[in-house]
Amino acid sequence: MAFKKALIDLNIEREEAVLVSGIGCHGKMVNYVNINGFHGIHGRVLPLAQGIKLANPNLTVVGFAGDADQYNEGWGHFAHAIRTNINMTLIVHDNMVLGLTTGQATSTSQPGFKSKSTPFGVIPPMLNPLAHALVSNGTFVARGFSGDMLHLKGLIVEAIKHRGFAFIDVFQPCVTFNYLNTYDWFRQRVYKLEEEGHDVTDRKKALEKAFEWGDRIPIGIFYKKERPTYHDNLPHIKDVPLTKLPTENVDITSTLKQMM
Amino acid sequence: MITNKISLLVGGEAGAGITRSGFLFAKTCLRGGLDVFGANDYQSLIRGGHNFYTVRADAEQVYSQADTIDLLLALNKETIHLHKHELVSGAGIIYDGDQTTITDEEIGRDNIKLYPVPLRKIVKELEGPQIMENTVALGAAIALLDYDPELLNEVLRDTFKPKTAELNIEAAKRGYNYAQEHYGNDFGYRLKKTASAGKHKIFLTGNEAIGLGALNAGCKLYAAYPMTPATSILHFLAPLDREYNMIVIQVENEIAAVNMVAGASYAGVRSMTATSGGGFCLMSEGLGMTGMTETSPVIVLVQRPGPSTGLPTYTAQGDLRFAIHASQGEFPRVVIAPGNVEECFCNTIEAFNLAEKFQIPALIISDKYLAESHGTSEPFDQNRIGIDRGHLITEDEYSGEEEYKRHKFTEDGISPRAMPGTKGAIVRTNADEHNELGYTTEDPQLSTKMADKRFKKLDALTKELENYETVKLYGPEEADATILAWGSTKGPIREAMKILSKEDIKLNYLQIVYLNPFPAGKVQQILQSAKKTIVVENNKTSQLSSLIREHLLTTVDHKILKYDGRPFNPEALSQQIKEVL
Repeated sequence: MAFKKALIDLNIEREEAVLVSGIGCHGKMVNYVNINGFHGIHGRVLPLAQGIKLANPNLTVVGFAGDADQYNEGWGHFAHAIRTNINMTLIVHDNMVLGLTTGQATSTSQPGFKSKSTPFGVIPPMLNPLAHALVSNGTFVARGFSGDMLHLKGLIVEAIKHRGFAFIDVFQPCVTFNYLNTYDWFRQRVYKLEEEGHDVTDRKKALEKAFEWGDRIPIGIFYKKERPTYHDNLPHIKDVPLTKLPTENVDITSTLKQMM
Repeated sequence: MITNKISLLVGGEAGAGITRSGFLFAKTCLRGGLDVFGANDYQSLIRGGHNFYTVRADAEQVYSQADTIDLLLALNKETIHLHKHELVSGAGIIYDGDQTTITDEEIGRDNIKLYPVPLRKIVKELEGPQIMENTVALGAAIALLDYDPELLNEVLRDTFKPKTAELNIEAAKRGYNYAQEHYGNDFGYRLKKTASAGKHKIFLTGNEAIGLGALNAGCKLYAAYPMTPATSILHFLAPLDREYNMIVIQVENEIAAVNMVAGASYAGVRSMTATSGGGFCLMSEGLGMTGMTETSPVIVLVQRPGPSTGLPTYTAQGDLRFAIHASQGEFPRVVIAPGNVEECFCNTIEAFNLAEKFQIPALIISDKYLAESHGTSEPFDQNRIGIDRGHLITEDEYSGEEEYKRHKFTEDGISPRAMPGTKGAIVRTNADEHNELGYTTEDPQLSTKMADKRFKKLDALTKELENYETVKLYGPEEADATILAWGSTKGPIREAMKILSKEDIKLNYLQIVYLNPFPAGKVQQILQSAKKTIVVENNKTSQLSSLIREHLLTTVDHKILKYDGRPFNPEALSQQIKEVL
């Protein structure tokens, strides 16, 4: 809902946006939002979305992933997509549990969290996606909460407007399989960074905030600073969609001559 | 005296510029009007070990390396010991006599001509880098062969920056002078410029030819992760991205590569990736996704021996079944196996056309031997094949009467393809089973209908391929035996046929270029009149034989299999063929 409203706010036509999703409860979004969509495979939202954006930079490309989808199966793509800085948005539905497979722990499940796969409690500490995004040279790093849709919509609007790779982790409690991190649990803890005068251009401070976990958990924009996008470094392409380039009559004579 | 017929081998340790100097000699032969084949052999290390490059040049067409060596450029002593058994009687060895002593006893025979040249001393006099020793040896080789040194100089000028080129030309000249002065006309081989001397033919690797095919086919996105022996496609395309207005991107792994090209294909761009077996394993899931979403990237699988890391810098044909079956579930795909550089070029363009026309993934399967060996060809005909993007809606606005359906049911299973961004069309696809609009479904009837839709495309593709050169027959229609093979074995097989034809053995050879869908009708037609069938493959289990059995219920008579990481050599292969005749 927040995403739909963000598109309306930004005046983006249905044909101009592409929703890319992975596997998990979030992945079904393709079935509920009537815009261009590609429901891909588990963990691979980022390279799929990057390929679409590289092919046609005129499209607004928004990738949706789940916490297991992105931070477990797709973790290998996360830091690379952030540092590559293709102009797109990644929104991770982080419910700290594997829902669609009926309740196992993920890398953001809290230590001690008991699930079908961890009956004695999760052993390793939680993975910290925000801190990872920051140290991977992220240019837009934010966190939202589905319990505050208006705030989340604002974040999505900012993320799509951001020139570069924008990442939002969204607390989106699983009402079926996460008995611990519930709406109430989050409501008691989350607070908005912007209400406490957080400087979004201060990466050190942002990193400090990314490690804040416990009675108080920050949401909002942690860090935002533009740097040249991947396309900015492709002077021969700039913003011309590859889809508009001719495939016919490509003359390879000069390259053939070098082989003589 | 033998003129315009030479097999030369340059050998030394990794990092000594072995491939480069072999390539320079090959190009020098090419410019003199000869047909040339160059093959490299190197180990998976950066320094040390033993690398070599063989060049075979002939006034006639050559299809592969030779079994034997006429002239050996040994940049270290190990090279002599490793290759002495391959030397023909009267062969010569150029080596650094100051660094290496070698005797007839060590070689084990007295019919080899030793040509020591002070390679290191000459390089030191010129204050050049040690790697230039191989250029001195090349100069000496040109002198022994009584060849035109200006041809080598021209190649050096085309290869190096002006200052380096001049230094190399001087090094070659000193090697040339030394050999001429000390050995005169002693060597029994000569090279002479032919009537076709000049810059007329191209000399390139299979990987470069695939790269050229992709450029010519309008490929606009190439994404890959380095893996030998596929990497040189990335190396070839990366510096050309500006000239050809494309994006060449090295991504974090092969999973990213296949998903990225799938995304680009969905967006409406011709896209390609390449890898070897290990990387293809990682791509398998993504490959299945392209089957389900009816996206159409081209994937190049350059084989090397497995299982696992295997022999990472050597050759094999062990992944044929893997290419045909990779990924869960059932979906149509096309698998094409070029056999020489020209086919690498043409088949790549065909792969792009078929992928888009039938909205399926297209696989090109090659191997290290084809990918990294240099072959000679006429400059490729850029207009022969043409571009066919199938049912692609290129207008900015969709004008269909009903709502656009990405996976619309049609008679031949092919749905009109709109690109996202087209006004009035919502382009939705789905790795889950889906309905015509791309929405997820779990309905049994619809699931059946969708699978049938995808496989209708296979029928259409099979029909289309009737007009393609899916198989090629070489040799007489009536023969004592028929060789069946696919891919890079083509070169050695054609050479072996040359050898056997001189002994009045009548053979023909059916090259199966399209392995999936299998051209059963065309193969059947040849097999019907075949007196004896011999399958030749670089693998252990003869995967082509099993395909023939699967599709034609026929068992081949003989199998000649080689799985030591090395390509077939023509003489040895011709012996093996004779044994089974």
